[in-house]
Formats: sequence, structure tokens, C-alpha cells
Amino acid sequence: MTRSSVRFLHRGEVVSLTDVGANETLLDYLRLRRHAYGTKEGCAEGDCGACTVALGTLQDGGLEYAPVNACICLLGMIDGKELVAVEDLAGANGALHPVQDAVLRHHGSQCGFCTPGIVMSLFTLYHAGGRADRQAVNDTLAGNLCRCTGYRPIVDAALEACDGTPRDAFAAHRANTTERLAALNDGEDIFIGDEEAGFLAAPATVDALARLYVRHPDATLVAGATDVGLWITKQLRALPKIILLGRVAGLAEMRETEQGFYFGAGVTHAQAEPAMAAIDPDLVELLRRFGGKQVRAVGTIGGNIANGSPIGDSMPALIALGTTLHLRRGQATRSMPLEDFFIDYGKQDRAAGEFVTGIDVPRLESDHVFRCYKISKRFDQDISAVLGAFRFTVETGRITHARVAFGGMAATPKRAAATESALRDLPLDDPQGWEAICKALAMDFQPIDDMRAGARYRLETAQALLRKALHEAGGTASTETRLVGLRPEDTERAA
Amino acid sequence: MPPEVLQAERTAPGDGNGAVGRALAHDSARGHVQGTARFIDDVPEPAALVHVAPGYANHAARGRITALDLDAVRAAPGVAAVLTAADIPGKNDCSPVFGDDPILADGFIAFHGQVVFAVVALSRDEARRASRLARITVDEEEPRVSVEAGLASGETVVPDYQFLRGEPGADMKQAPHTGSGSLHVGGQEHFYLEGQVALALPGEGGAMHVLSSTQHPSEIQHLVAAMLGKPDSDVVCECRRMGGAFGGKESQAAQWACLAALAASVTGSAAKLRLDRDDDMIMTGKRHDFRVDYSYGCDDTGRLVAVDGALNARCGYSADLSMAVCDRAMFHADNAYFYPSARILSRRVKTDTVSNTAFRGFGGPQGMMLAERMMDDIACRLGLDPLDVRKRNLYGRGRDITPYGMKVGDNILPRLVRELETTSDYRERRRGIAAFNGSNRFLKKGMSLTPVKFGIAFTLKHLNQAGALVHVYTDGSVLVNHGGTEMGQGLHTKVAQVVAEEFGIGFEHVKITATKTDMVPNTTPTAASSGSDLNGMAAKRAAATIKDRMAALAGRLYQVPKAEVRFADSTVTVGGQDIPFAELAKTCFLERVSLSSTGYFATPKITWDRASASGRPFLYFAYGAACSEVTIDTLTGEMRVDRVDLLHDVGNSLNPAIDIGQIEGGFAQGMGWLTTEELVFDAKGRLTTHAPSTYKIPVASDVPEDFRVALWKSKGNREPTIYRSKAVGEPPLMLAISVFSAISNAIASLNPGRVPALDAPATPETIARAIRSMQDA
Ligand SMILES: Cc1cc2nc3c(=O)[nH]c(=O)nc-3n(C[C@H](O)[C@H](O)[C@H](O)COP(=O)(O)OP(=O)(O)OC[C@H]3O[C@@H](n4cnc5c(N)ncnc54)[C@H](O)[C@@H]3O)c2cc1C
Ligand code: FES
Ligand code: FES
Repeated sequence: MTRSSVRFLHRGEVVSLTDVGANETLLDYLRLRRHAYGTKEGCAEGDCGACTVALGTLQDGGLEYAPVNACICLLGMIDGKELVAVEDLAGANGALHPVQDAVLRHHGSQCGFCTPGIVMSLFTLYHAGGRADRQAVNDTLAGNLCRCTGYRPIVDAALEACDGTPRDAFAAHRANTTERLAALNDGEDIFIGDEEAGFLAAPATVDALARLYVRHPDATLVAGATDVGLWITKQLRALPKIILLGRVAGLAEMRETEQGFYFGAGVTHAQAEPAMAAIDPDLVELLRRFGGKQVRAVGTIGGNIANGSPIGDSMPALIALGTTLHLRRGQATRSMPLEDFFIDYGKQDRAAGEFVTGIDVPRLESDHVFRCYKISKRFDQDISAVLGAFRFTVETGRITHARVAFGGMAATPKRAAATESALRDLPLDDPQGWEAICKALAMDFQPIDDMRAGARYRLETAQALLRKALHEAGGTASTETRLVGLRPEDTERAA
Repeated sequence: MPPEVLQAERTAPGDGNGAVGRALAHDSARGHVQGTARFIDDVPEPAALVHVAPGYANHAARGRITALDLDAVRAAPGVAAVLTAADIPGKNDCSPVFGDDPILADGFIAFHGQVVFAVVALSRDEARRASRLARITVDEEEPRVSVEAGLASGETVVPDYQFLRGEPGADMKQAPHTGSGSLHVGGQEHFYLEGQVALALPGEGGAMHVLSSTQHPSEIQHLVAAMLGKPDSDVVCECRRMGGAFGGKESQAAQWACLAALAASVTGSAAKLRLDRDDDMIMTGKRHDFRVDYSYGCDDTGRLVAVDGALNARCGYSADLSMAVCDRAMFHADNAYFYPSARILSRRVKTDTVSNTAFRGFGGPQGMMLAERMMDDIACRLGLDPLDVRKRNLYGRGRDITPYGMKVGDNILPRLVRELETTSDYRERRRGIAAFNGSNRFLKKGMSLTPVKFGIAFTLKHLNQAGALVHVYTDGSVLVNHGGTEMGQGLHTKVAQVVAEEFGIGFEHVKITATKTDMVPNTTPTAASSGSDLNGMAAKRAAATIKDRMAALAGRLYQVPKAEVRFADSTVTVGGQDIPFAELAKTCFLERVSLSSTGYFATPKITWDRASASGRPFLYFAYGAACSEVTIDTLTGEMRVDRVDLLHDVGNSLNPAIDIGQIEGGFAQGMGWLTTEELVFDAKGRLTTHAPSTYKIPVASDVPEDFRVALWKSKGNREPTIYRSKAVGEPPLMLAISVFSAISNAIASLNPGRVPALDAPATPETIARAIRSMQDA
């Protein structure tokens, strides 16, 4: 069954649109079509959060509100969701929503341009459950830039309003909304447009996706659009054929396996967090600093991998962990070690019509030590200058085997082969002996200069990260080696 | 935690009903949180609107245009017109002062991103797409990109200028200790959240109404009129609010307003231009980056004997506001310290890059970096506590003449610094930091307490004036208009508080309207932190004029002297009678008394004469101090701010919530400037950090949880400013120098006696480089 409309819930009504442009963004829909000017455009590239709206989505049957950057979200992606924009918050009698009221009373707006987006991010925190602490507020606001206030009053407003007991209209309508969203999620394929001239398609099954993509290998797959969105808004690329992956049920699967965890390509960074936490806390910190909440809410593991950027964050960590990648084209499937997927800058081992179905990530063994560090100019929502990931197998104070991978050091995410072999048999109690190995990194990588960092800094920092990992593997607590992302075992010990 | 002062009842005395001095919410706060406060792009679009997008040569930074092929642009879908310099009927200039900024490049490209043509199309999307289809052939020349390259070529945008007292070269030689150094201070992108935008509405008989997100509506009016070849009276510029500006919409808004007006004039339709963020960052000017060189002589206690400083500013391709910016850098090269013998040289270096412009602090912050680096340099070399060095060098009795000859008459810094030293627990924490650094191998802490002294007034004398217009309606409601613009700083709120206070009516009865050149003419930019000093006073005078007339009438009717008529709590008390304010307003109308008045104010005492470098450039100084503690990771160069204490002087605060907001926001913005915000230009002169993905302003987690902000308990400004308040827009930005200095202090712990070669911004990479410099040799 195929449907030729996009349907979503807005202000208690089902909106059904048949005229959805394949490249039309949610922000343009709100501002240009609905003349709803509350949602602002500050950058049109997902980085400032001025355009933040909330999307109500069913997760395992329950209703959750996630912040999304409307500027790079395609309108078609909100099918089956509830759209909440800033105009929708105030009560019928004009009464402010609790987060709006708190931001106002705490003097949390100056010029007011960032404010609607901030209010929407806080709205999602208000509904996230549990009393918010400073860390939660910081994480919620990592994708919202404010140039005026210095954030303190906004943080105070959030701490006051987000007390874990939502009492707004959205909480009151929760059951009803859940029911209506369930009804909207009909499992039908969506196809709007024309096979030749261009279309917006949103298949509901992996099989349907496989068939469609083989027929249209020139189509653009879109998962979270946190990369593709910028091709549209910044490069002004015309992408006439769009296949949305968000409704493909099989792609969002996540399960525990014998060796570890399986993540479908469509699993978002936000969804992946609990399973990643079960592997290692450094992965949680890596995810925490992967974009902001808006990016993690829709950005997917498959998108990060398929995009193949040398500065993509998940790849070095997944490679160091020994991840296997799964691909499918039509009925044919194949698998490979993740590192083999990346051939060169902008070039991956992916055939026309082939797509990523998922990854298998092995869990750590008891003799494994895993460490991962992201270096960027700003801690939150920044792209890595260098990212290093290490998995050492340690036996009686000696490394017997190492997997080391870096981002930002070459044209692709890459393993450090020379370093890995130099690490073999290295004792962890003799820092003097490590220096030669740090030098081996210079044989593995010839990084480049760009706006994020110079080549020399990249190489020296990669060496420093290896040194740091070795110190930590040798027993130095992260409280002595890190400014952020302390490992829970160390903070517990310190406490 | 909210600062304590926000609990206070009132921070400034008034005699009306107490609107002044209260922590009232921003007048638009309700609209902000609901998304109903309208910015220009939110104004419902008129029918037949066309959209404008600028086009430029993506490959070239400098050179003669040999061919301009716009055929593909014209042929693109939706395109209504393509504008080039030849289409401008009047003057092709959008510069603030010197006439050297073409609206559209005419035959020559002077920097990468300079606008060569503009597309007018039926939708913004079509205009943007078409703008990329031009073929521009340029006879490319090697661009001068860095300040060094500019210095080497010897070209400047305005001549060198200097302050000289004594013979610093010779005096230095007599000093027991000397030192010298040099540092790069990076520029800064404004990153106002609302990008540049203008909407031009053609009117009758060639008139033009321009909505512009600008700090300077009068200048937009004048430039648009000159461009169209029309008298100023044909053009109205209006601005209700900006989504941030920070100096970036003082001169930089004009080009977009001119292009929108040109498109409207050519097509006869309303025309809107809203810049894409990347274009905005590439095409508009930024804070000047500087190379600061200094040498000094001091005594054994670290007290300065002589200073020789050079401020080399990268101005870009044109003068823009660089003369005044660089002058202000010079006026602040002493910050809070007495230089017995001094030379302050300023070079306004020309480069083939976008013309740098106003940015909160207006050169002052860069100038202060000289003073503060020198303090850290002395402390390192002499092994002294940096705070002791700073305190010894503060202005004081008998040591109170600045290098430009003005006496520092209202100096509260010695007391203010002492108080912050106590409340921040400086000495105890200093010991803790030493212990931490002794026992930690990889992580090192640093701390610094730095003062700020910032001169208030435009250094160009004629800008120190303002006008206001107040109407009282017969129902007692009041409408205020003034020449200042609202960019989030709360100016309209403060001015309305002043007017409410004057009339003794509730704040909610005072209506604030958009700044508009047909309401109050010939205004000056809202800049130099002067907005409420100037406009507050002008509005007060306008209100006072009306009040005086109302009082005279009431006195006449009730047969009491008008001096005995009291206005408070929306009531006029006269001869034992209470009359509602509205009733008296109505009576005034019936008795034919005018209820409308203008008000005008010109700042007194300003006598600065640039040619002779003498006289008084400032009415007063704003003061503050900050103590910041940081930790660095010596392996990677990463840095975290652990605690910040701010103590700032706003005189009597007109609105403590707004003032605290300016202090905290200014501090965070300054911290970004000195830490994460890095502008990178490639060798071809192209800005490579032209998006928020690569240019990183602070986010919530960059502001420390332990952030203690307080207002100095002032007895009021010594000068008779509006309710004896002090300007607050810019000075707090410079409190962030304490963060930079604290980072330097942490690095200094690695090798006592050596001065860290730390440049700004202190990114992880810059910090790592400075750490390396401590270990080398
Ligand atoms: C503000 C911001 C911050 C960011 N921060 C980070 C960061 O910290 N670290 C980082 O690594 N990245 C970051 N990114 C980049 C981006 O978010 C990630 O790469 C993300 O994982 C992409 O996922 P997506 O689902 O949004 O991909 P999309 O944009 O939907 O797609 C990306 C690419 O993958 C292809 N694709 C998607 N799914 C599949 C599939 N199943 N099979 C084959 N091809 C597929 C698409 O066709 C496209 O080529 C950031 C982006 C933004 C806008
Ligand atoms: S407009 Fe900046 S994130 Fe969408
Ligand atoms: S209030 Fe101006 S950007 Fe946040």
C-alpha cells in the first residue's frame, strides 16, 4: 500500500499534505507557507538552534519530545509525528507555558532572537522526566547559541521550570496524543511525485527500500538530514529524488547479540546511547559531545558512517572496537570490517543502489581497556580537530594487542597500523619506553592544516592522546588526566 | 544562581512612582518567549515582494575585473533584475565617514567577498541560486592578508597617530628592569543571531521607507538618499529591534539597506534582502585583530617607569570606523595603570580583507590587552604575584594623568579591586592553586584578577548628542520615541522607565515605538555604551517639558505654585487634591496645553581635540574587575574555566536585571573572543571560518557553574548622568581578559620566570603552542 501524502499532528489536528517538495524544509514550511514567524532562522545549517521545534515521537510505544532543527529537517521527515512550534506552547487564554514564564521572570532574553529556539529546547527538557541539573541543562542547550545573555539566566530558568513534573497541556493530552500518533503510523510506503521527474519517498520496510533504491540508484538517501540538509540549504544542490529512511522499520532496530550489540543504520545517536553506555562510558561522553541534542535526535549511525567524513566522530571509536559493517543491495547483502569501508576522501566501498543496514559492535572483554578522546576548539557541539580511540588488550601490565584509530588525521577515519604493532608487548609501567611509540604515529599519519587545527598540532595531539590513554591504562585516574568526561569509576573513587 | 542585587527593591533613587532602579523585565520579553516579537523578516510580506541576493567572485581576493558575464544570472528562473554599479543613480558608497566603501564593486575587487552585483528575484531561493551563476574574470593580484603583510607594504587606511609623554626610550634605560614582547590578538565575528536584513518599501513620488536592522538609522537614511540621488527628506529608516548587533550593525547594515532600496527603486516593488549566514560572515566587517608590541621599564616592585607600545591594527581594505576604533584602542592601552612616561603608537594597517569595524569595546579591548600582558610579563620576570603588580600600578593620588592627558578623577578601582580580592578569596585560592600545580602532572591551574577602566563618550565630539519625542495622549497613555535603537541591551526599557518616573506613572503606561528617522531626526549611532546616557536624558527632558506645562496648568487651576504640584503613582497631587494623571492630561487638551514635546541632550565637558591630542575625551569612566580561575590540560592544550567572580560599577543602576544581563553577556562574549572564537583566513585571503560549524562562540557549558556576579555598591556616578547611572554596554566585555590572563598564569607555572608566548584567542592549539614555548630551549 502506498500513500501520497505526509501526515502529522499539529495543534491537535492531523495535517495532511500532498504537495510536499522533496527538498522542502520544515522551517520554510512554517515561515513561508504557514506564515508562522516565531521559529527563527539564524544559520540554516543546524548549528545555532534558533529554529528549534519539538517533535513528539513514539519511542517503544511511549511519547517523547525531541528538539529538532527545523532549518535542516525535511518536511517529509515529520510524517507520523507531532509538531510543536513556539506558537503552540501558550495556553488558550494566552497564559505562558511554564518554561516561557521562567525564561521571562529570570530575564533570559535580551534581543530575543534565540529565545523561541531556547524555549523549545527547554520544552523538551521539561518533558524529559526527572529534575534537571546543570549538566542536563548544559546538554540541552549545547545546540542553542545565545550571543547576548551569557546563558546564566536561561540556565536558572531551566533549573526552576524543569522540575520533572510536567503540568502543561501536552502532559494532559499525552494519552490522546499517543493514540493519535499510533494511528498515524500506518506502516504504508509514502511516495509523492514522479518516478522520472523527481519524488519524495518514505518506504516503510527494508525490502521496499531495497527495491526502490535499486530502481533509483541516483536517488539521495536521507536519514536525519544533518548532513544532507546542508547540501540543500548551503550548497543549494537540487536533489530531485529523495528516499527518506526514517520510516523504515527494520533500520531502526537495536538489540543485544552474543558478541555485543547490533545497531540498525537508522538508529539515532540519541537512541544508541544506552547500548553504548553498556560498552564503555567514553562512548557516552563521545555521544554527549556529538553535535547537540537537536543533531543527536535525528542524526543516525548509518548516516555518520555512509557520509564517510574524515572527521566523523563515531568511526574511529567503532573501528577501535572492531565493528563490522553490513550493507545491502537489492537482495544481496555483504559485511566487512568498518575500516575497510573507507577508501579515500569522499569515496566509500558502496555500490550504486547499495545501502548500510547496520553494524555489529562487539562488547569489551575483561582484559580490554578502551579509551576515546575528542579534541575540538569548543567542548560542546563542535567538530573534532582530532579524535583518538584506543582498545588495548592488557595482560599482567603489558599490552598484548592494540587497535588504534584516529579521525582528523588522514583523508578517512583510519587505523594506525605502525603504532598498533609498536604497542605490542609494551609494559604499562614504563612511560620512558612510550616515547618511541608516540613517534610511530608520525609514520601512520601526515595530517593537514585547516581551520580546525594545524598539521603540527594534530600530530602532537594525537601523540599526546596516545600517551594519555597509556597513562590511564596504566592506572592513572581520569581525574588527573582530563578536564571533562571523567570516567565514572574515577569520580566514584574520588567521591 | 541569580545575583543578589536582583532581590533588591531599588537600585536608583527617583521621585516618581519608582520605575527607575527596578529589575523590570525587558519590554519585549513576553514577545520574545512567545516568538511574537517581530524582527524584520517576520513582518508580513507585502504583495509583489522581490528578494535580493548579493553576488561576488568566489575565487578572487584582489584585482581588476576584466570581464563580468551575468547572462546566466539574468536567464535564471525567477530573476527580475540584476544590478551592478552602473544601475546606481546617485552615489555608489555605503561608508560611514570616508566615502571609500562601494555598495557594488566598480571594476576592482578589494577583498574576498566584496559584492559585485545583486540579483533581484521573485523568491529568496531563486535569488540565491542565480547569484552563483556569474562568471567574473579578475586579473588577480596577491592579497595582503595578515597584519604583518600589511605592515610590510607600508600602506595604511588612515595615518599613524600617537600619544607621547616624556621620553620613554630614555626613561626605560634608567629602570632597574626592562622587558619587551609581542602578542597577536585575534579579531571577532559579531555573530548577532539575526543576520543582516533590510526591507525597502517604495512610496509616493519616489519616497523610500526602509526597515533596517541597524544601530544607525540616520546614516542608513542618508546613504540611501545619496545613493538614489534624493534629498534626505524622501527617505525614512525604521528599526523596531535588532536580533543582536554588538557594533556589527553600526556601519555594516548600510550596504544591505542600500541594495534593498536600489532593488525597490529599480523594480517599483517592495524588496527584501536577508543575508545568508555564511555570506554575512564573509561579507561584513569584524573586530580588528591586532599585533601588539610593547617594551617597558619598571622598578624592583614591578611598578612601571616607562612604556613604549605599538598597536598595529588590521583594518582591511577601507577606513570604515577604523580611525575611531584605533583611537579608542590607544585610549585604553593604559587600562587602569599609570604610565609615568609613555609612547602609544597606533598603526592602521591596510590589508586586502573585509573592512574591520565596530565591535563592543570598539578597540578598547585590544588596547587593554597591551596593559594586561605587560602586567603578567612583569609578574613572571620578577617572580611577583600578578595581582600585587597590578595593584601597584593602578592610578592613584598624584599618579592620575593618562597618557592622553586626562585626569582620572573618579577612580574607585583601588577600593573595588581590594573588595574583589576579598570576596573572591584570592589569596587563599592562590595558595590552593600552587598546591594543586605542585601535585598534578598533566593538569595545571591558573588564576588572575584584572581590572577594567573604560572611558564613556564618543571620542568624536559631535556624536555625543541625542533627541527624543514624547507624546501624552488624553487618556493618560504616553508614547516615547528617541534616536537610540534596541538591540537587546534594554535601552527602550530603560528609557521608558525614565519617562514613567518623570511622569510618576506606571511603566506599563509608557509605549515604546520603533526608532524612526521621521520621528526623531539627525540621530547618532547607538554605540559607545552611550544609549541610555544620551537618550535617557533627552527623553527625560522631553517628558519634563510636558510635565512642566501640566504642572503649570494644574497650579493655575488650583491656585498653587507649580513647584508644589507632585506627580506620583499615576496621580497628580495639587493643593491637597489628587487628580488622576489621565484626567489632568484630558484637562490640558481642553485648556489647549500642548502634550507633546521634543527633548535634546548634548554631553557636557567633552573637549577632546584630536589634532593636538589634548583636552578631555570622556565624561567619566566605568569600572569593574574580574577574577577567573582556569585549568589547562598540558597534554592537549584544552582549557576549562572553573570559577569567575565579577564586580562591576554601573553607578546607580537604572535596571539591575538589565545591567546584570549586560555584565554577564558581555563577559561571555569577551571570553569567546579570547578563547574559542578564531577567525582563520587562508593564504588567498578567504575566510575559512564563515559558519557556526567552524566559528565557535560560547555555549552554555562554557560559562562556569561557579559564576558570581555583583554590582559595586555605588553612591552614584560623580557626573550628573541620568539618575547618576553609568554606561554598561561595553565595559564588561573586557572583564574577560581575566580568563586569558589566568590561562597565561597556568602556563607560567610550568617554568617560573618565563613569560608564556600566548596569543589570543587561546584555543587548545594556541595554548599547546605556548606550552611548547615554555619547554623549548
Ligand atoms: C550542528 C551539527 C553538528 C554536528 N556534529 C557532529 C559531530 O560532533 N560529530 C560528527 O561525526 N558529525 C557531526 N555532524 C554531522 C552529522 O550529524 C553526522 O554525520 C550524522 O551522523 C549524519 O547522520 P544523518 O542521519 O543525519 O545523515 P544524513 O544527512 O541523512 O545522510 C548523510 C549521508 O549518508 C547517506 N546515508 C544515510 N543513511 C544511509 C544508509 N543507511 N545507507 C547508505 N547511505 C546512507 C546519505 O545519503 C548521505 O550521503 C554534525 C552536523 C550538524 C548539522
Ligand atoms: S537556523 Fe540555525 S540551527 Fe537552524
Ligand atoms: S537573547 Fe540575543 S541571542 Fe539570545
